[in-house]
Amino acid sequence: MTNTSPKSVIPSEPSKKTGAKLNFSNVPIPEKGVLLGWLRQMLLIREFEVRTMQAYQNRLIGGFCHIYIGQEAIAVGSIAAVNDDDPVVLAYRDHGHALARGMDPKNCMAEMFGRIGGCAKGKGGSMHMFDAEHYLYGGHGIVGAQTPLGTGLAFATKYEDEIINGGKSNHVTLCYLGDGALNQGCFYEAMNLASLQDLPVIFVLENNRYSMGTSIERGTSMAHDLRVKSEAHGIHHAIVDGKNVINLYQDFKSIADWCREESRPFFVEAQTYRYKGHSMSDPRKYRTKEEESNEEHNDCIDSLCAYLREESDVTEDAVKQMLRQVKSQVKQAVEWAKNSPEPPIEELYTDVYTDHWGPYTGTSKPEMLEGDA
Amino acid sequence: MSVATGERVIEFRDALREAMSEEMRNDTRVFLLGEEVAQYDGAYKVSKGMLDEFGERRVIDTPISESGFSGMAIGAAMRGLRPIVEFMSWSFSLVAADPILNNAAKMLYMSGGQFGCPIVFRGNDGAGGQLASTHSWSVESLYANVPGIKMAIPYDAYDAKGLLKTAIQDDNPVFFLESERLLSTTAHVPEEAYTIPFGKALTRRVGTDCTIISFGRPLHFCLEAAEELAKEGIDCEVIDGRTIRPLDIDSMVTSVKKTSACVVVDQSWSFASVGSEIASQIHAFCFDDLDNHVYRVHSDDVPTPYAYNLEQAYLPNSRKICEAVRQATYNA
Repeated sequence: MTNTSPKSVIPSEPSKKTGAKLNFSNVPIPEKGVLLGWLRQMLLIREFEVRTMQAYQNRLIGGFCHIYIGQEAIAVGSIAAVNDDDPVVLAYRDHGHALARGMDPKNCMAEMFGRIGGCAKGKGGSMHMFDAEHYLYGGHGIVGAQTPLGTGLAFATKYEDEIINGGKSNHVTLCYLGDGALNQGCFYEAMNLASLQDLPVIFVLENNRYSMGTSIERGTSMAHDLRVKSEAHGIHHAIVDGKNVINLYQDFKSIADWCREESRPFFVEAQTYRYKGHSMSDPRKYRTKEEESNEEHNDCIDSLCAYLREESDVTEDAVKQMLRQVKSQVKQAVEWAKNSPEPPIEELYTDVYTDHWGPYTGTSKPEMLEGDA
Repeated sequence: MSVATGERVIEFRDALREAMSEEMRNDTRVFLLGEEVAQYDGAYKVSKGMLDEFGERRVIDTPISESGFSGMAIGAAMRGLRPIVEFMSWSFSLVAADPILNNAAKMLYMSGGQFGCPIVFRGNDGAGGQLASTHSWSVESLYANVPGIKMAIPYDAYDAKGLLKTAIQDDNPVFFLESERLLSTTAHVPEEAYTIPFGKALTRRVGTDCTIISFGRPLHFCLEAAEELAKEGIDCEVIDGRTIRPLDIDSMVTSVKKTSACVVVDQSWSFASVGSEIASQIHAFCFDDLDNHVYRVHSDDVPTPYAYNLEQAYLPNSRKICEAVRQATYNA
């Protein structure tokens, strides 16, 4: 738990434009209070997801719903390593990141319930968590579609910092993707553009080894060595343990600081496992119970608890008490979401355009753009 | 001022450049990106000289990577920048369908109003000249189906500048459909700044017998046809919709109520098209005023052919429009 650099950093050619080389700082392990905060976040995400599954079974949640249990350390460790105003953009397995970023569980749950109190007024649902206040630029439902957006967010921060504000680029974007997105063309276009434009974006691959029911070996060439995916674009690469939140934080802090300083992209493979199915309807026939059980024995929350017990004298009781608090918080979020009203029917027609609109029905005229003409 | 008047005459491509340059001078958030827009001066010289004025940070050459650079521009627009994305041809936008339709069009709605997408996608639409089927798309019907976007189609240099300035100032995604066949045409364009509002059609010819509704390049064929028909004693009113979303159906309905006959000319294919939509709305709103059903002129329902004679036969032209008007007015 004490190594302070990524397990595996590939010394691919530095950017020809900047000559930037990898030079990682020594990131100390944060103090006990911070670690307890991470534990609380991971417990919150897990409990939130348990309640999410329950609510889905009870038909309070519709559509597709993807559970983050098992991967909590990645969202918590990586988001802790960037600034509050650094952009974050996500794929569709996005509840955990939203909570780690600071979204109130009430708004997250209400979004899935399709209620007006949801983070997007119930218009996005489970796969589309947006939160402007926390610089969260959405979960995105189409596999890989968020990767060019991540490049664009990094383009924008750099443009704002340098062209509009006349300073130095001082932001870094976190762009998350699953291993399924490795097989989408737009991801390679996103990496190519990020490298060409020297954009500070970290592509965070959460490799949970399955895209829906297809194991990475069956769907991705060179699955045994994913470094090649970014090396082709001259983008530095690291493989990190996706179940160790302290190492994740240290690695991401080093990488984020480097990207911010050098204004270059990075590709991080965080190796992990999703305990549950791809979505709520997945019977998981493509993998063995034994594999699942082995993975669950190496759990990100258990290992942080063990570390806290051994290194920081945190008692079992203290953890249990924290869990009780978290359970109560999530229970309240569920109740709050249940009590949040459905969006009024007028909401159907808002936010289509920034000015009031519509709708077209074919036999009635839309209200023309008020104040636009 | 609603139509081109005045001393100064410039090309359509110059008008587009003036619109972009003026907006970029006024607003640092505006920038241009696309294939060959910078060092090459634009595949069709629309952005000629802009690299010199604004530099490579604001006039950005991209690789041939439509899906990637469209998505990148949309990500930038979510932060409040105002990108202008040049598609060398709208035909190439098909490989960027997911970002432009799923992200740009829906971002505001999906985020519950938190993140908009003030972006302009612009480039050549429609048949260029023997480019065959993959490079000759008229995307208006395909894309007009999608709520969340606006769509403008300029008729001449004057409209090109005024509509493009409005597009760049708009807080919503705008699909701006130019025509390669019009880029060298000229019109009066004033020196002073002006914009043309979206959702306001323009009557390009006043008449009493039949309303012809169209957008962009085919309007030139409509006006030709109207002159031809005038010799036969059929007096046509020609309406330029200017924008497809929003659609100024009120102006169209007012005209049809006067003429009692209507022909819609739309260079995309007929099935489930802008033309069929307008015809449907005219039928709904002018049910008691029409002397005949609405006639439509489209490109033929086949892939665009290469051979010169076949391509000419395929596209809307003044002969086809004349025939449609004669039928609509019982003069066939």
